[in-house]
Amino acid sequence: MHRPFKTQYEQDLRLFRAPSAKIWYGLLIVILLALPQFAGEFYVGELGGLFIFAIAGVGLMLLTGYTGLVSLGHSAFLGIGAYTEAILLARGWPFAVTLPAAAIVTAAAGIAIGVPTLRMTGLYLAIATLAFGGIISNVLQKWDSVTGGFDGFPVKAPSVLGVVLDGPWAVYYMSLVALVFVILLALNVLRSPLGRAMVAIRDSEVSAQSMGINLAWYKTIVFALSAGITGLAGGLFAHYVRHLAPDAFDVLLSIQLVTIVFVGGLGSLHGAIFGAMFMRLLPQGIAMIRDDLPNWLGRMPGLEPSVFGIILVLCIMFEPMGINGRWQKMKLWFNRFPLHRASASRRQKSYAKSERLR
Amino acid sequence: MDDVARLLQLVVNGAASGCIYGLIAFGFVLIYKATEMVNFAQGEIMMLGGFAAYTFIHQFGLNYWVGFGLAIAATAAFGFLLDAVILRRVIGQPQFAVVMLTLGLAFIFRAAAGIVWTYDSVGFNTPFTNKTVNLGGLVLGQDNVSIIIGTLILCLVLYLFFSRTRLGVAMQAASQNQLAAYYMGIPVRRIFSLIWAISAGVSAVAAVLLAPVSLIDVNMGMLGFKAFAAAVLGGFGSIPGAVIGGVIVGVVEQLSGYFLPPGFQDVTSNIVLLGVLILRPQGLFGATIRKRV
Amino acid sequence: MSLFSATDLGIRFGGIRAVEGVSFDVRPGEVFSIIGPNGAGKTTIFNLISRIYNPTSGRLNFNGQDITETPPHLIAGLGIARTFQNIELFANATLLQNLLIGRHCHSKVGLLSQLGFLPSVRRAEVEHRKVAEEVIAFLGLQRHRDSLIANLPYGVRKVVELGRALCTEPKLLLLDEPSSGLNVEETEEMAFWIDDIKKDLGITVIMVEHDMKLVSAVSDRVMALNYGRILAMGTAAEVQSDPEVIRAYIGGEP
Repeated sequence: MHRPFKTQYEQDLRLFRAPSAKIWYGLLIVILLALPQFAGEFYVGELGGLFIFAIAGVGLMLLTGYTGLVSLGHSAFLGIGAYTEAILLARGWPFAVTLPAAAIVTAAAGIAIGVPTLRMTGLYLAIATLAFGGIISNVLQKWDSVTGGFDGFPVKAPSVLGVVLDGPWAVYYMSLVALVFVILLALNVLRSPLGRAMVAIRDSEVSAQSMGINLAWYKTIVFALSAGITGLAGGLFAHYVRHLAPDAFDVLLSIQLVTIVFVGGLGSLHGAIFGAMFMRLLPQGIAMIRDDLPNWLGRMPGLEPSVFGIILVLCIMFEPMGINGRWQKMKLWFNRFPLHRASASRRQKSYAKSERLR
Repeated sequence: MDDVARLLQLVVNGAASGCIYGLIAFGFVLIYKATEMVNFAQGEIMMLGGFAAYTFIHQFGLNYWVGFGLAIAATAAFGFLLDAVILRRVIGQPQFAVVMLTLGLAFIFRAAAGIVWTYDSVGFNTPFTNKTVNLGGLVLGQDNVSIIIGTLILCLVLYLFFSRTRLGVAMQAASQNQLAAYYMGIPVRRIFSLIWAISAGVSAVAAVLLAPVSLIDVNMGMLGFKAFAAAVLGGFGSIPGAVIGGVIVGVVEQLSGYFLPPGFQDVTSNIVLLGVLILRPQGLFGATIRKRV
Repeated sequence: MSLFSATDLGIRFGGIRAVEGVSFDVRPGEVFSIIGPNGAGKTTIFNLISRIYNPTSGRLNFNGQDITETPPHLIAGLGIARTFQNIELFANATLLQNLLIGRHCHSKVGLLSQLGFLPSVRRAEVEHRKVAEEVIAFLGLQRHRDSLIANLPYGVRKVVELGRALCTEPKLLLLDEPSSGLNVEETEEMAFWIDDIKKDLGITVIMVEHDMKLVSAVSDRVMALNYGRILAMGTAAEVQSDPEVIRAYIGGEP
């Protein structure tokens, strides 16, 4: 792999490692900005949804991929963000306030679940957040007077300076801006002491503590940050679905979000984006090829979840680094062509390592 | 008197559904103790066991007890293969990878059951369906009583198996110290597959016992999430703890449905789970432990 | 005036007295070694000093300050750094990142300025990198700077852990079995570094070690433990010839 020759400390602190990256990402932004001019309404809407899941993916990636805290309850944060946004808009608050409010309220909810679970790790945290997600989705269903109960309620279209932001194009651009903002925020976190503290907590809590990292404080911060970003995604999600109902925020959504970070590749922001692409494009891809498949297969009702499950299982068995890991290997292959050696990316054999505490 | 009878009935009903949670939790804990894997597809394995019993008893028209036995055997064999073919390969990967793997398997199982059997709810006749017993004026459904008695018998059998048979003791040894067990000549890998087989078989028992009370459908695996509460309550490392934890969760759930406003019953297990994890993370029967450096 | 002192230190786990009635002083600028058979309570003393464990009795005093109740994450900021017996590095981060985490206790930038990566954060980051580069140069780790720890050999990881501890700019360094898992040359190299750390950097060292050759080569004073109690204290030669110590190692009735 190319390693840039470093002559200054600032080189490590840049947002883009190589000058060429700046050009590529700039080009990508231009394409994404221009895309709705050419793509149909349906695809613009779907891409908007993809951006929203990518935002939530980045939020969960900070918690799970970088800090090592697994949450199976992130649907709750998406739900809290969505309902905060929709309820405040319905009460006549301006959009410029409701969206940040959705993020802040959700961040507070993140602290509320983060603080009591501070001492839990791994499995126990996953189960605790799972239970938290179950409780929140029940609250959304049963708290009729505020959430509209099981039927939910339509989401009011936001307006900024008298312009009503309605339809898939509005969601597309709002989500794109939010996604770029969130990625920049995450990049800032990751190159700061906060980001290093997160990695330290992930890899060894005990030595992180001995290096002066206050575990309780940082875990709380990361929970708040992750929940806040997911809540922002939730606020946009409300506009994406346009009619909020509590059954959207069940445990399956949480599992989808974890799958995004896992299939995408833990511990990389690219992974969160790749994972969101996988999660949102897979159903579209299946729908597209469905008609071309033999009838018994194409008409099979469980086709989508089984393909989803099979890809997840294969990914864990054969590519634990996720799509991003595969991407890095492909880049390496092209960079070295034709001098590639298969052993260059061979994983070390892993042995059963006890995570039991005794 | 009516109130007392009503309460007793609730307790029995709760204990019955709690036994089901307990049996699923038993599966979690058995596998966790041995391999440190957490099987999020345990509820789905139970669902497959239920469908297997439906095939044998309803579709093939076999005798209930014969179908019961075959369903257990088929599900246990499935559990064995699941470990031998898939899960054995991910040993050494982080715990979370295994969680995701079993979540993926759960998706596959749900879809497969829908394709092979049906997405509708099905049921079959059991000797206990729609019958009641009268215990000194207290009228109880035989279905619920059969669940409790079935669970007790199963627990006794498993206790004898783990304490008295060579295989059972070997399993305990492999769970406590893989390396030492391996050096003592215990075929650890096969033992682990057998442990998966037992926990799958126990789930099948749970599914068949549950059959008189509730229908079988692809989503019945969601009960597995309630079983987490049972396992955590029991300390996640204790097998009797899991079953007792299950009964506690079941009873509390029934009572909260009776005493608390509607809506609370659905979240009881979650609240119990969260409460236990926050207040007493080692469970009711566990001890605190910490990493050594 | 001692830099560090433990007075009547004791801890019980359940019914087991892992450490009992241990008192010692460490003078500024010396290398103080703790030896003893397995299970003697050596690492437990380190865990007590870094406040991972709460002592059941006794006081800890560092640099004129009582640290018996200081929270563990503030210990590094006071000037006590440590390494671990079985290497507790951040395996999925680069060497440089590991060293920079060692700078954490000197990081004073606020949360919001980090989210915006304000110029103050940028300046602080450059300063931290300067210190980390000095440590890299001191330990000769240049060629591994951007490697993931998981890809480094064991011997190098051991040095990285030493480097990470040095990045905290400690006054007192706790080394838990610095030579375990190292070959003969690597152990000799470690002895040189410990000597350099003491002489050039003026850092006081407490070391838990089994390798008596390394202990004799670098230690000013040695304390021998058995079953959580002090057997002997003195120079390496004195302790090694102490009949109690010999008995503890070789066995036999006291």
